Amino acid sequence: MLKNYLKITFAVLKRRKFFTFISLFGISFTLLVLVVITSFIDHLVSAGYPEWNRDKSLYIERMVQRDTAQNGQTNGPVSMYFIENFVLKMTTPQMIGFASYPNTVNAYANQNKIKLMFKYTDANFWNITSFDFLEGKPFNKQNIDNNDFVMVINDDTRDKYFGKGVSAVGKTMELDNITYRIIGVIRGCPVTRIYVASDVYLPYNTSKRDHTKKGLNGNYMAFLLANGPEDFPKIKAEYASIMRKVPITSDDKWFKPNKVESTADTYVGSFMSQFTDSDGDTKKAYLYMVLVGFALLFMSLPAINLVNVNISRIMERASEIGIRKAFGASSKVLTYQFITENIILTLIGGIIALILSVGVIYFINTSGMINYADLTINWKVFVVAILVSLVFGLLSGVYPAWRMSRLQVVNALKGGE
Amino acid sequence: MIKLKNIEKVYRTSTIETLALNEINLEVGKGEFLSIMGPSGCGKSTLLNIMGLLDEPSKGEITVDNETIRDFSDKKLAHFRNQKLGFIFQSYHLINDLPVLDNVELPLLYRSASANERTQLATEALQKVGLSNRVKHYPTQLSGGQKQRVAIARAIVGRPEIILADEPTGNLDSAMGNEIMDILINLNKNDGTTIVMVTHDENMAKKTNRLVRLFDGTQVM
Repeated sequence: MLKNYLKITFAVLKRRKFFTFISLFGISFTLLVLVVITSFIDHLVSAGYPEWNRDKSLYIERMVQRDTAQNGQTNGPVSMYFIENFVLKMTTPQMIGFASYPNTVNAYANQNKIKLMFKYTDANFWNITSFDFLEGKPFNKQNIDNNDFVMVINDDTRDKYFGKGVSAVGKTMELDNITYRIIGVIRGCPVTRIYVASDVYLPYNTSKRDHTKKGLNGNYMAFLLANGPEDFPKIKAEYASIMRKVPITSDDKWFKPNKVESTADTYVGSFMSQFTDSDGDTKKAYLYMVLVGFALLFMSLPAINLVNVNISRIMERASEIGIRKAFGASSKVLTYQFITENIILTLIGGIIALILSVGVIYFINTSGMINYADLTINWKVFVVAILVSLVFGLLSGVYPAWRMSRLQVVNALKGGE
Repeated sequence: MIKLKNIEKVYRTSTIETLALNEINLEVGKGEFLSIMGPSGCGKSTLLNIMGLLDEPSKGEITVDNETIRDFSDKKLAHFRNQKLGFIFQSYHLINDLPVLDNVELPLLYRSASANERTQLATEALQKVGLSNRVKHYPTQLSGGQKQRVAIARAIVGRPEIILADEPTGNLDSAMGNEIMDILINLNKNDGTTIVMVTHDENMAKKTNRLVRLFDGTQVM
């Protein structure tokens, strides 16, 4: 029976080339987009090189100061002053590190201008992250205490500045009229790992900025490494209690904040803080809900298309169904036949989507659109997408078969009049 | 074998009601070859479809092989058709996507027959209608006469007790029509199959055991 179903399925698919193309295009294109988008989101939010500790880290990267009287607010990264005087005093995290948001600077190699991203970090930054050192080592607390003008660069910068594969440790590089000695070369990471990606890493105390300024907003973020996610509530609670005690001061004549808000959030939570004011976990649930909602909405497109295509195929295949019924096929058997056809169609679409996704992801990874991109197919999403398509495939087969089964055989034989 | 009691068939649309069959009482005996004649639109095919359980009467009772068909479920009806009835249509009604052998195997597909068994029975049926050299052809590659032979092979492959043929020679020239008719007569005589045939052709009807004439949905002979 199944063999016969397969035979008729392939015959129908072959005969109605345009319908087959439309159906397959709908299924495979949707799956392709879904898989590529989710693999990109996965790449953005999941732990990956060099942030393998992301799942057990909390991030402080935003401070909102409100002047409720004048309805004004400042919203931005936290200051060095705030980190040194409040965050570093925390006792619940296993380790605390910090880094600035990246800025750009021009460097010159053999008269060629190279635009570089640079970031100030502390020594713990290198313990919280897991960068691969191709040569040399990171700067440590000793270097910072000694006020050493040292730097760590990524391999891309080394290749551009010194030549491909040429050893850079011990050499110097001038940035913004300051000469730094290179002490380490790391394997770079994609720019999408926005909290840690940079071309050049410098000790925070080599910054020209005045760190003694007492403002709460600045250009820094803090990384709070926990023993595990189970410590998050404890750390969040400690941070919340610190925030309640932060003195609110302002030299500004016009802006007099009376309220400050900042939370220690998970990566996704901190990422989402732009869109919502709620705490990290709610944000995460919200993000997933939105994503799943979008995915389902998106998946319903090929499903509706399939239902549509199947219904338009009804009239064409009415006579065949009439014949089958006349010779003993029950409505149930015919429903199975339709369902089998749809499942096969969906699976073919899935295979095409998988092949295309591999191609597109390979293209994204190798095209240089995102330096160091390391996107991979999220199999969980792919399997779920295939399953959801199968469900839609089933539904789109059941409805036409049900309609067909209601036809009298004699009417079906006449072409479904 | 088939007993029709007070069969009435009415087609209704929102504006008009047409009486296609009126008070038909008919009995077809086992092993009989009955032909039904009448002008176009007199209800011949409707009667045949009702006999073959392809259509429901608006009123009346059908008994096939001592079983009264009433409130049969879809599954039971399908099983009944599969076991007892074989159909031959004027326009053949073959599935063009399937080769000849698969078309003939169709009724066996809805029985618990193994693939080998199906192939064997279908090959035998095709031999019987003289088409064993066309098993791998597709219906579109066959002539009208050949298509009708395939349809006959499909009708007889499950060895049904009753064959219902709706103008089986209607689309064929007289030589081909006679050949098809010979096959049906052989089936009736040699295998004892009960056959009910709708025809326009007096000559074909004369070859059968009994003739029933319809006029405007009423049995006149």
